[in-house]
This record gives sequence, structure tokens and C-alpha cells, in this order.
Amino acid sequence: MNKGCGSGSDSCLSSMEEELHVLAVDDNLIDRKLVERILKISSCKVTTAENGLRALEYLGLGDPQQTDSLTNVMKVNLIITDYCMPGMTGFELLKKVKESSNLKEVPVVILSSENIPTRINKCLASGAQMFMQKPLKLSDVEKLKCHLLNCRS
Amino acid sequence: MDTLIAQLQRRFCDFTISLYHQGFLDDQFTELKKLQDECSPDFVAEVVTLFFEDCEKLISNMARALDQTGNVDFKLVGSSVHQLKGSSSSVGAKRVKGLCVTLKECCDSQNYEGCVRCLQQVDIEYKTLKAKLQDLFNLEQQIVQAGGRIPQVDI
Repeated sequence: MNKGCGSGSDSCLSSMEEELHVLAVDDNLIDRKLVERILKISSCKVTTAENGLRALEYLGLGDPQQTDSLTNVMKVNLIITDYCMPGMTGFELLKKVKESSNLKEVPVVILSSENIPTRINKCLASGAQMFMQKPLKLSDVEKLKCHLLNCRS
Repeated sequence: MDTLIAQLQRRFCDFTISLYHQGFLDDQFTELKKLQDECSPDFVAEVVTLFFEDCEKLISNMARALDQTGNVDFKLVGSSVHQLKGSSSSVGAKRVKGLCVTLKECCDSQNYEGCVRCLQQVDIEYKTLKAKLQDLFNLEQQIVQAGGRIPQVDI
């Protein structure tokens, strides 16, 4: 049973050799810079977005009139999003992703500075892969990658 | 006989250790340093520069909000301090972060006097840290210019 990201077991196997493409969403510039650097050191391709709307646009879930064929080429393997963002929260972004037939297999990791059990449970119950505490450390991404690779097999 | 490089390196180590012991910096600053390498040799400096710019901007926003006597937008102050708390946590600015926590509490309870006092302290604290980190970076430069390597400091 293929629980991982990607559209099928074939692409999963081949994308294990390719770089993980991560979409990192955070309204805080410093946190974006940090996440980006951590992911690049961990050999990931990174795209950043400063809010949920931009993230959705990038994923091809934005304005329905803008059919962005580019987003099919730039397939995202993982979404890491901050929980607390103005406008659309990370939780709302999570739900939109999981509601989409194209994207619901993409793992979503929620980051938060606050360790609130109800918040954590709510995110996990709505399909978040993991909930992690900010600030992100280099070792966190190593753990994350292991976790994701295990999920793929 | 102690070479110039050795002296500078020792000063660098002592100063770094004191910054942690005095609570200016915490673990997260150590994590930042791990992200710096030959490909990204100025990463720490870039991030802390962004942080201090953030401090200036957010503190100014909060000061302006608090200035509207009788009509203070505590929500604005709250969201600004939330941002600042996040940034300070991400760069390891321990004292600044601690003050942000206090400021957030004052804001949540709409304690005007508390907010004003606390904001003043945040302002002083970030400027103090900025000066200290500038000294630290200067020491690094001196070591490199003297032909030495910047030592790894174990806290």
C-alpha cells in the first residue's frame, strides 16, 4: 500500500534518487531563510512562499482561471508550513491540500512555536504528516527525511 | 610565546562563552552556526542583520501603536510582538525573546504601562545584543586577517 507522496510506486522509487522538492511556507522572513538553508544543506530543492495563498497558487490550486502547467513539472514532494500565519493559517492550507485530488498525497508538516496538544491533534487528525516545534534545527530535517522515506516504502 | 592569532582566538572563545553564559545567546545560535559553511560563509551575519532590521521595524510599529493614548491597538502590538518573539527565538537571541514573552503578557492583559516599560527594555536589549555581535564578528575578521582559523567553541 503506497502511503507516500507521488502518483505511484514507480515515481516513488525514481524520486528517491532525485532531490526532494519542498515547498516551505512562512510569513516570517527569517524563518523562511532558515528553513530554506536547512533544506538546501539537506540536499533538497526548495521553494518558499510567504503565505497560504501564494503557496496554493504555486501548487496550482489558486485562481481556477490560471491553469499553470508549470506546476506539473515542478512537482512538490513535501510541504512544510508554519501554523500561525495571517490570512490563511497553516491548518487551513493543510485542509485545502488534503481536499485536492491532485495534491492530497503530498505530505504536509506543520511547524509551530507553541506546543499546544489540541492544535497538534487537530492537525494530525486533518492529515498532517508531522507536527514539529520551531525553531527548526538541522537534525529535525534528517529525522523528517527518514520518516518520509519510510512512509514511501 | 603566544602569537597574535592565538591571543585573538582565545579572546574570541572567551567572548563567545560569555555571551552564552550571560544569557544573550542560546542553543539556537549554535544551530545557526551549523548552517554556515564555505558555500554560505556569511549566513549567520545575514540572518542576524535581518533580525536587527526586524527589531527596529517591529519596535517602531509597537511604539507608534502605544503612542495612540486612549486608542491603543493592542491587537497590533500583540501581532508585532508575536513576530518578534518568533524571530528572536529563531536566531537564539535569548534575552530579547524572554522580554518578548513578558511584553506579550502585558499586551494580552492590556497593561499599557507594562507594555511601554517592556518595549523600552526590548529596545535596549536588542541594541545591546547588536553591539555584542558586532564585536564578535570584528574578532572573527581580525583572526582571519591575521591568517588564523576561527575556532569551534563548545559551550
